[in-house]
Amino acid sequence: MNIFTTEFILGHINYWLFIILMMTGLYIVITKGNLVKKIVGLNIFQTSVFMFYISMGKVSGGTAPIFPLDGIYDPSIAYSNPLPHVLILTAIVVGIATTSLGLALIIRIREEYHSIEEEQITILEDTIFRTEHLPTVGKDEAF
Amino acid sequence: MATQTTHHVAMTLADHLPILQVLIPFITAPLIVFIGRRELAWPLAFIASATSFLIACLLLSKVIGGGVISYQIGGWAPPLGIEYRVDAANAFVLFLVTGIATLVLPYARYSVGAEMPQRTQTLFYSLFLLCMTGLLGVTITADAFNVFVFLEISSLSTYVLIAQGSYRDKRALTASFNYLIMGTIGATFFVIGLGFLYMATGTLNMADLADRLAGQYDSRTVRAGFAFILVGMGLKVAIFPLHFWLPNAYTYAPSAVTTFLAATATKVAVYVLLRFIFSVFQPAFLAETSTLEIIFYPFALLAMFAASATAIFQRDLKRMLAYSSIAQIGYMLLGIALLSETGLMATILHLFNHGITKAALFMGVGAYALRSKSTFYIDLQGLGKTMPWTSAAVVIGGVSLIGVPGTAGFLSKWLLVQAALEQGYWPISMLIVASSLLAVIYVWRLVETLYLSAPNSEQPIREAPLSMLLPLWIVALACIYFGFETDITLGAAKAAAQALLAGSSGMMH
Amino acid sequence: METSLAITLSMLLPASAVVTNLLFRNNPNLRDGLTLFAAIATFFVVLNILTTVGNTTTETFVLLEVIPGLELAFNVEPLGLMFAILASGLWIVTHIYGIGYMRGNNEDDHARFFACFSFAIFSVMGIAFAANMFTLFLFYEVLTLSTYPLVAHKGTLAAVKGARTYLSILIGTSIGLQLVAVIWTFSIAGTLDFTKGGILEGLIAGPAVAILLALYAFGIGKAALMPFHRWLPAAMVAPTPVSALLHAVAVVKAGVFTMLKVGIYIFGIDFLATTEASVWLMWLAAFSIIASSVIALTKDNLKARLAYSTISQLSYITLGVALATSMGVLGGSLHVVMHAMGKITLFMCAGSIYVATHKTNISQMSGLGRAMPITFIAFLIGSLSIIGLPPLGGSWSKWLLIMGAADAGQLVMIGVLLISSLLNVAYLLPVAGKGFFLKTPNQADPTKFSESPTLVWGPPAFTAFGCIVLFFYAGHIQAFLMPIIAAP
Repeated sequence: MNIFTTEFILGHINYWLFIILMMTGLYIVITKGNLVKKIVGLNIFQTSVFMFYISMGKVSGGTAPIFPLDGIYDPSIAYSNPLPHVLILTAIVVGIATTSLGLALIIRIREEYHSIEEEQITILEDTIFRTEHLPTVGKDEAF
Repeated sequence: MATQTTHHVAMTLADHLPILQVLIPFITAPLIVFIGRRELAWPLAFIASATSFLIACLLLSKVIGGGVISYQIGGWAPPLGIEYRVDAANAFVLFLVTGIATLVLPYARYSVGAEMPQRTQTLFYSLFLLCMTGLLGVTITADAFNVFVFLEISSLSTYVLIAQGSYRDKRALTASFNYLIMGTIGATFFVIGLGFLYMATGTLNMADLADRLAGQYDSRTVRAGFAFILVGMGLKVAIFPLHFWLPNAYTYAPSAVTTFLAATATKVAVYVLLRFIFSVFQPAFLAETSTLEIIFYPFALLAMFAASATAIFQRDLKRMLAYSSIAQIGYMLLGIALLSETGLMATILHLFNHGITKAALFMGVGAYALRSKSTFYIDLQGLGKTMPWTSAAVVIGGVSLIGVPGTAGFLSKWLLVQAALEQGYWPISMLIVASSLLAVIYVWRLVETLYLSAPNSEQPIREAPLSMLLPLWIVALACIYFGFETDITLGAAKAAAQALLAGSSGMMH
Repeated sequence: METSLAITLSMLLPASAVVTNLLFRNNPNLRDGLTLFAAIATFFVVLNILTTVGNTTTETFVLLEVIPGLELAFNVEPLGLMFAILASGLWIVTHIYGIGYMRGNNEDDHARFFACFSFAIFSVMGIAFAANMFTLFLFYEVLTLSTYPLVAHKGTLAAVKGARTYLSILIGTSIGLQLVAVIWTFSIAGTLDFTKGGILEGLIAGPAVAILLALYAFGIGKAALMPFHRWLPAAMVAPTPVSALLHAVAVVKAGVFTMLKVGIYIFGIDFLATTEASVWLMWLAAFSIIASSVIALTKDNLKARLAYSTISQLSYITLGVALATSMGVLGGSLHVVMHAMGKITLFMCAGSIYVATHKTNISQMSGLGRAMPITFIAFLIGSLSIIGLPPLGGSWSKWLLIMGAADAGQLVMIGVLLISSLLNVAYLLPVAGKGFFLKTPNQADPTKFSESPTLVWGPPAFTAFGCIVLFFYAGHIQAFLMPIIAAP
């Protein structure tokens, strides 16, 4: 399978976009030190998955999967698959909850550390970690 | 498709046990918030979790012989409707989760009271139940997407619960934040994996998935899906290189939360991994893709040694136990990798035995944190004399962690070594025992600190209150009890292993 | 009495002593009295087993089944019964001695000490009556854990370090090697029951037999086979009653007892002989015997010297198994008793000297023999028994071992046993010799020291007498043990 043909690239355009969005999101989460930016990255990453699911449910030539009001089902009409869309509604809700919780945590972190930059927070934590509960010299003879 | 309304007529309460299992804590959680009275929060939470525990016992007793209970939510038949399915494997995990929750709650009453301000305590119990709901849901459901939803319910509440440790140490906040990032990435990976499987099969019911996947193991989509699911769940399990969120989360969370999480959350994730590897995919698929050689063996062994070695050099007991948990997960993975009935039994048994062992240890740590205001070794010196009951229980937990005969931890290690020898992998069996020896070192460092060092502080330290000692001793004695009496644990592990190894055929009615 | 009831009682009595010690921690006389009662009762229960079953092997009674095929089960057979009589009998003696020693030395935490002590005896009884390797292994580990607090008892830095060595080697070998051996055995034989003639014949062959034997031999760290002997000298930081009962009788004998059980009932002597899997073990044991005797010569600290002597003597028993002849096994089994009686005497004497004079080094003991004659005479008798001179018990077991070596055609081993006896003379006799014949170097009046309290000198005198008695009863013990080498 040659993946460098135009048809292949264009035919899978939704997946390419999904991959680009996903990688952008992950890249931001990993490289950015600002906690808010991390959450933004996480959002982009999650959105890519939403896109992935939504495009997956699309049936070419299909219309919105709404049951006709008169109850007469016409087998000649193609419908898109509604299930992935429904699933992703749940995932969107989860994503919003995660974002809000993350932001709430950032507020608390800022209150305690007076910073939302990962680098500064790490320095602060390292200092605490190195100095807390050190044995006083000579007292800890067993170790 | 027709809803099977006729179903409802004949159903009694007993038939609804699977849904009640999840529903009771789920409804009690908001109820606690709506009532809003602090003095009612604890009793309500306790009643809910005790009831869940009873239900879990009933379910376990029904399926321990190898039966399966299938429950269709709203009467919608699978594969379109969501199905709850209870077999020996998940009934056993339900039993563990509800049992630990029921023990942690009495313990939490005093511990949480001391570690958190009053205004947040009501919400704490509500979140605790939500977290439990999530874990129970993940365990009981037979719908792959439902797993994700419940997983996020438990994760989101877990992040908040961990952050509650900020009243003791502000690093709980960053620990929780890091876990949130890692956990969300993991869960999203899991969803991506499900997406691939759905693309290949058009279904989300596990049994149905298994059926339709059977012919497609060569498909790149299916393989990519499996990889995403493995890594996503691996993050939740804290498989060795994906474990970075765990030490801080366990160290800075409130004691009761750490106890509950250490004993249940990672165990439930291991269960999901088992379910996907053995029920949705077939063992043959794993062998074919050499996932075992590339992922499981090396990382399991690395976890056993690297994490144990790290544990030895910790100054904080709580952090030491967190690293030890990562090492113990290595044993569970190893049991999976051996791909035999004995190996799986070892994993499932260790899942339970390590759950109660760690519960005992973390409860002890919580008692120290309460009285000595610290969990660092330096501040625990000589506590064996001033807190004799707590320390004795901690030592019991410690020897079970090592796997000394006569304790629960011994049996699962025995099975694991036996499984390795059955396959002729004697170097692996030697590595298993060698890594237990690392556990001897870190446990004995604790024993020496407690009993053989002179106390460090001048002010007198009292024994922990009875409400904490009682649950602590119940789990400590359980560590011994389940080292001898194995009808429940081994019986369930055996039935579960057989069901899992039967692959998708074990999922059929 | 039903055998199953008697076995249960013999374990419950020491276990109850643990409880009474902890309950009456503040009432020394009641506490020690109850423990003494438990010790005597245990001894009589074990004697009762002896009178009812003699040297037959009884039905196995299963307490509970842990994993299918893996049972917590007990039975009585001659070797185990002998070990049980030995341990419970000497417990009485050591307990009396321990009361005197602990009070005479003003040691702390008597209750914890005696509780752990009783707990150790409980596990020894479990080991003695274990009907399968799983049960034995379980109690083997419990014994390690219960004696750990005894070794660390003084709580000083040296005690903590010694205890750490003690635990790391014993747990390390047992979990790291023995457990693997046990599980390996289980997975090839499907059972761990002690069966006459062994359970492995025909199931394993070639170098695997030697490897499995090595896992057992090194895994049974309590047998102190070199190079895993370091824990025994390290354990000498413990109070002397502990060294006496546990590190001359209970713990180390549990080690060689396990070795004997594995050799006789897991591998089977004939199987070992035909596969020649134990030849390497024989040479290693021989090396252990000579090397530790030489090290003993260099030690000035009396307890350290005795510890190395113990390592050497334990290897006699391992050698007996490794010879893979009936005489060798019989000699090894008999040596369990003879060495126990001799070594406990020596240790109690060392403790007695310490209580009376607070001296631990041999070079400081010149002339003390005249001040404390009973202690030194007992020491002399113990020494002679260890050396193997008639009319003392130790001579018989050595004789049988030499016969066993001759049977196996290993003439070198006869040489090893003889050289080792000479080395025994060289490191043991000078102690008593110095005590009686040398003057104290700094002209200080040795009469300012007097004999230790009765409770302290009495027990070693009693066991020294026992060494003499054993010489005349060795034939009975040998006859009693005959079934273990009888054809299955």
